[in-house]
Amino acid sequence: MMQLPCPWCGVRDESEFVCGGASHIVRPGLSASDAEWGSYLFFRDNPKGPLRERWRHAYGCGQWFNLMRDTLTHQVLSVYPMAEPPPAGG
Amino acid sequence: MPGYRLPAPAGQCIDRQQRVGFTFNGRAYQGYAGDTLAAALLANGVHRVARSFKLHRPRGVWGCGLEEPCALVDVGSGPRRTPNVRATLLPISEGLSVRSVNCWPGPEFDVGAVSGWLAPLLPAGFYYKTFMWPSWRAFEPTIRRMAGFGRIGTEPDPDHYEEIALQPDVLVVGAGIAGLAAAAAAARAGARTVLLGASARLGGQCAWQEDAEAAGLAAAVRAAGVRILTRTTAFGVYDHALVCAHETVTADGAAQLPACVLRERLWKIRARAVIAATGAFERPVLFADNDRPGVMLASAALKFAGAYGVACGRRAVMIANSDAAYAQAARLRAHGIEVAALVDVRPGPHPPTEVPRLLGEVHAVHGARAVAGVSVRTGAGLRHLACDLLLSSGGFAPAVHLHSQAGGRLRFLEESAMFVPDGPAPSLVSVGACAGMFGREAVLAHARAVGEALARECPAPAAAPDGCGRSAPLRPVAGKAFVDLQNDVTSADVALAARENYRSVEHLKRYTTTGMGTDQGKTSNLNALLLMAQLTGQPAAAVGTTRFRPPFAPVSFGALAGRRVGALYRPLRRLPAHAWHESHGAQFEIFGDWVRPVAYPQAGEDLNAAAQREALAVRRQAGLFDGSPLGKLEVYGPDAAEFLDLMYVGTLSNLGIGQARYGLLLNENGTLVDDGIVARLSARRFWVNTTTAGVERTAAAFEEWLQCEYPHLRVLITPVTARWANLTVAGPRAWDWLAAAGLDGALAPGRTRHMSLTDSALDGVPLRVLRASFSGELGYEINLPAERAAWLFERVWAHAAAVRGSLYGIEALQILRTEKGYLHIGTDTDGTTQPQDVGFARGVARKAADFVGRRSLLRPAAQDPERLQLVGLLGVDPTQVLPVGAHIAPGPAPAVSEGHVTSSYRSPELGRGVALALLKAGTRRSGERLTAYHLGRAFAAEVVMPPFIDPTGARLHG
Ligand SMILES: [Zn+2]
Repeated sequence: MMQLPCPWCGVRDESEFVCGGASHIVRPGLSASDAEWGSYLFFRDNPKGPLRERWRHAYGCGQWFNLMRDTLTHQVLSVYPMAEPPPAGG
Repeated sequence: MPGYRLPAPAGQCIDRQQRVGFTFNGRAYQGYAGDTLAAALLANGVHRVARSFKLHRPRGVWGCGLEEPCALVDVGSGPRRTPNVRATLLPISEGLSVRSVNCWPGPEFDVGAVSGWLAPLLPAGFYYKTFMWPSWRAFEPTIRRMAGFGRIGTEPDPDHYEEIALQPDVLVVGAGIAGLAAAAAAARAGARTVLLGASARLGGQCAWQEDAEAAGLAAAVRAAGVRILTRTTAFGVYDHALVCAHETVTADGAAQLPACVLRERLWKIRARAVIAATGAFERPVLFADNDRPGVMLASAALKFAGAYGVACGRRAVMIANSDAAYAQAARLRAHGIEVAALVDVRPGPHPPTEVPRLLGEVHAVHGARAVAGVSVRTGAGLRHLACDLLLSSGGFAPAVHLHSQAGGRLRFLEESAMFVPDGPAPSLVSVGACAGMFGREAVLAHARAVGEALARECPAPAAAPDGCGRSAPLRPVAGKAFVDLQNDVTSADVALAARENYRSVEHLKRYTTTGMGTDQGKTSNLNALLLMAQLTGQPAAAVGTTRFRPPFAPVSFGALAGRRVGALYRPLRRLPAHAWHESHGAQFEIFGDWVRPVAYPQAGEDLNAAAQREALAVRRQAGLFDGSPLGKLEVYGPDAAEFLDLMYVGTLSNLGIGQARYGLLLNENGTLVDDGIVARLSARRFWVNTTTAGVERTAAAFEEWLQCEYPHLRVLITPVTARWANLTVAGPRAWDWLAAAGLDGALAPGRTRHMSLTDSALDGVPLRVLRASFSGELGYEINLPAERAAWLFERVWAHAAAVRGSLYGIEALQILRTEKGYLHIGTDTDGTTQPQDVGFARGVARKAADFVGRRSLLRPAAQDPERLQLVGLLGVDPTQVLPVGAHIAPGPAPAVSEGHVTSSYRSPELGRGVALALLKAGTRRSGERLTAYHLGRAFAAEVVMPPFIDPTGARLHG
């Protein structure tokens, strides 16, 4: 079980969190093509290495945040607010 | 039989003053307090304790700890029966009752041993090869019955298991001298230190010999304030170095226990740094018939002598592929056990020894049911040696399991034929034998330095593995030379796998089943891969090891479940007025998380009759229902209206204050996921009802959209389900009933409208009254503070007689809403259902703005006229109630389903069955006759458009 750093509550066990999948997915508008919409709904990268995800501290403060994690080592590389762009190097 | 007791000081772990009686396969034996079952059986001369898994060959005690592959027993009886307990770890206690596994009636005579004669027919992969035709399923039941290990009890476990979390600075796993030295050093350097020891005594293998230095280290650990957990085995290192360990509190099979005891404990330990001091397993030498009772690991014979004062035989021969064998032979002699010869299988040079030495290899083991002698192939020809104990000393396999699980790499020490850690793992450092270090002085110095460095958060000094001397390469052996004694995998099986081109060690493992038993190959994995290396001409380092997956040792399900069993497995929610319903005849059932009245049966009524009566009462007079579990959210803020417009299919921003509207919620795929009524409390505040089951999901989805997609919107979402009870009164006389109970006349049907919300009060208690209806009748949903729920039920119920009102439960509610054609999300919809499929196409078309899932409604599949759509069905035979789940198809099976019945009840109002169904192109098929099939029966029905009653909705307005 991983430990994740909630920006508001500090380090907690993974079981307190919910993973919302890849972050920085741009939601297309109604004029998007079927292909664009399909890509937004169903297609995600599955990298071996750094991955930017969004997590919610569901059984804590309830807040969503961004987290960059190495999918191989589970090392947490950075944590940053929802509204911020991804940090350099990711 | 060869085993017997040695005089003291042998037997450091037993108390010879305290005799203990136990039974094994129905026969009574005696041992001493402190004995393991294996020790006590060997002392009684019992060598054959089990039969092997596949071939049912007789087997004896082979090891002395958790590596034991053979001596598995079933312990206890009834609900406390535990299968597959290792006899080498089970302490004996007065009254202990134990049986062998894998044999009937016993290990001396076993009916299943016939499969031993079939051995040539049971090579590696025989399951895969033989049982492909005609189908594995035809063979599986027989194979499974033959192949099972032990039998579990079928009654509920009466005992408790608990779970404790710890966060020390430094965790040391293993209480041998390396672990003791590391723990004492870490604690002295100021670290909060926890030490796990697998046995009851500290000192590891030094605990069962007179060893002043080990005793001093144990004292130092205690003096330094280390927290010590004995009888505790770390079984896994998980993500971010979480170490899980398993403590035996009450041993298996202990007799005369109270009704419930604390049996085991699960420790979840998150330390800043972990030190593994888990030692090494002895690696057996491979020779034909190396599984005869009387063949065992040399280290095991030493432990039985030192710890329990048990000589495993009168005359031993030692087969050596390691320098360690020489010291072991000397120590056995010091205990008074005759070592007739030491057979060194390696080319020279060889250490000096006082034991007669032969250079050569085992040619044959003599004795069909127990060792009677051994023939050795030497340079000078065959030599025959008489013996009753054949000891295998093939070097060591460091217990690198935790290192590997923590993400550490391994390297191969060629000379000693072992894998050792290649540097530290993230958050874990190995010391002692598990780091490949065996020399005592070097081990203690390194362990101390590691403990101190990690306590001070400094890098740990590197290990200097010595490998404990030379081991010759392993060569394939003809005959029944067992690599894995538990799964009956022989040298020939590994050779077969190599011939069939299984190159990956992971494939080798699965094809031959090496290392897949309860011992997880503690004594077999290394030999299997060394053999594979020889057979395929690869270096062992290139063959590599299989993954060391947790658990390191078997863990009971009880320990993993802990207290999350019975009523605590899934805590249930009760209505605020639960006791009131109980005292008014409610029959309860569990719906999701909630315990709710399903009906209020009267004398002589079954559930069905009660529900029919209750539903009819709502249609004819009025009914009283507890709707408290209904999901409730308050959505508040200057942008609340804008936010809800983005969430719902409908538009909510144009709701007037006090108005309410039904809304559908979709996911981004356009699928219906929830529904409910939204009412406007003020310009900035909305009251949102969700389904009972969907409130947490909906609140979470709202938060995700708000925080992740629309963070600029100023909105707060507050779940208030538990805060508000909900008392619903429905029926033509609903208002008469409430007026009689004293509710404010301003709530009367003429003064409030259907789909409106009014704040009111009764005796100073605030009421939030929603005019809405899930039954199709005039309805009042009265929300009030949860703690006043029973009071209002009592108050309203006191006036029931005036209107001949009735209580109604979930079953009647389902009848009422089905008559009215109101859908129930998840029952009348599935993972494909979109708004246009349930009659809301116009609602979507009317709205110009975007909302969650809208774009998905524009996909070609969403426009397909052949989609499943919600319709009504009336059975041609009105007395029939169509079965829910019945498939509508053009003919009996096999035929392609065109849909299925989703809800179906007998309508007391109509005196006939009514049903809802999802039907392909359903809305175009009104009036069509079709057939629904269910479990071999056919039901003729006609497609109609719901509702079945009151199509104009006149009744809603009272
Ligand atoms: Zn938090």
